[in-house]
Amino acid sequence: MFSIGLGHYLTLAAIIFTIGVVGIFLNRKNVIVILMSIELILLAVNINLVAFSIFINDLSGQIFTLFILTVAAAEAAIGLAIIVVYFRNSDTIRVEEIKNLKG
Amino acid sequence: MIAHSVFFYIFSFIAIISAVMVTVSKNTVHSVFFLILDFISISCLFIMIGAEFLGMIMLIVYVGAVAVLFLFVVMMLNVAEQKGQWFSSRWDGGTHIPVGLLVSLIIFFELIIVIGGWKYKPDLLNSLSINISNEVTNTRSIGNVLYTDYILLFQISGMILLVAMIGAIVLTYRERAGVKRQSYVKQISREKNEGVDLVEAERNKGVKIDV
Repeated sequence: MFSIGLGHYLTLAAIIFTIGVVGIFLNRKNVIVILMSIELILLAVNINLVAFSIFINDLSGQIFTLFILTVAAAEAAIGLAIIVVYFRNSDTIRVEEIKNLKG
Repeated sequence: MIAHSVFFYIFSFIAIISAVMVTVSKNTVHSVFFLILDFISISCLFIMIGAEFLGMIMLIVYVGAVAVLFLFVVMMLNVAEQKGQWFSSRWDGGTHIPVGLLVSLIIFFELIIVIGGWKYKPDLLNSLSINISNEVTNTRSIGNVLYTDYILLFQISGMILLVAMIGAIVLTYRERAGVKRQSYVKQISREKNEGVDLVEAERNKGVKIDV
């Protein structure tokens, strides 16, 4: 209970990952919240990598986390640009009204 | 040791609660603020276990850049207070909720099973590539590795950021009518005989110029 090990960090990451997946599944409001859920999932992955890196005593995990941060920032920028363009064209970003793909 | 575990539980509790609030809150601006809180508490955890460079980078990149970007978009699109109910759907009567919860629960239990029954093999320790040494700081050791062994990946990630920047500009750029802007080609290609008009002026009469 009072000694924090690798399992604690992995459990925290699992919980945050699951919350992100739940957010993607259940959200019907707007696409921005879905992008934020994807950010949560990437955050959980980062927690996993950093925890392994510290507890196995290998620096590679932190380097990988740095690259994941880069890709996540790029993905957020592109996704928000796509959302802006979509909103300009169709005046809504409610998920349930985006059904051009019959999804 | 006890202080460490107490701080771990505090920060992870805040992180989990704010992650829930990100997905649940009705106002999108509140979701962005809870996302910021989540990133801050996770970066506190990173700093606590000794990855202080990554913790600070998380603060700078996420809280400083990505969250502000989200806030800008939320306010620009004016979708902060969406009317309509929480999680509800007009189209399929809400059948996605049990399916989504089921899939998420299965994912969670699979992750927990993997964590619970998992021990890293002893021979994994022999296959380490870069050891963390206690003499140099975290930032310095990351810098030592990042600019030597991982230089190609580092440059590729720079290229990814450049492509993302160009892509975002290309996507959101639009030509607007009625906006006066400078045209360098037109300016430079002006000739003397079309720009200057020589007029013979009589004394005490002045010149009438029709433009």
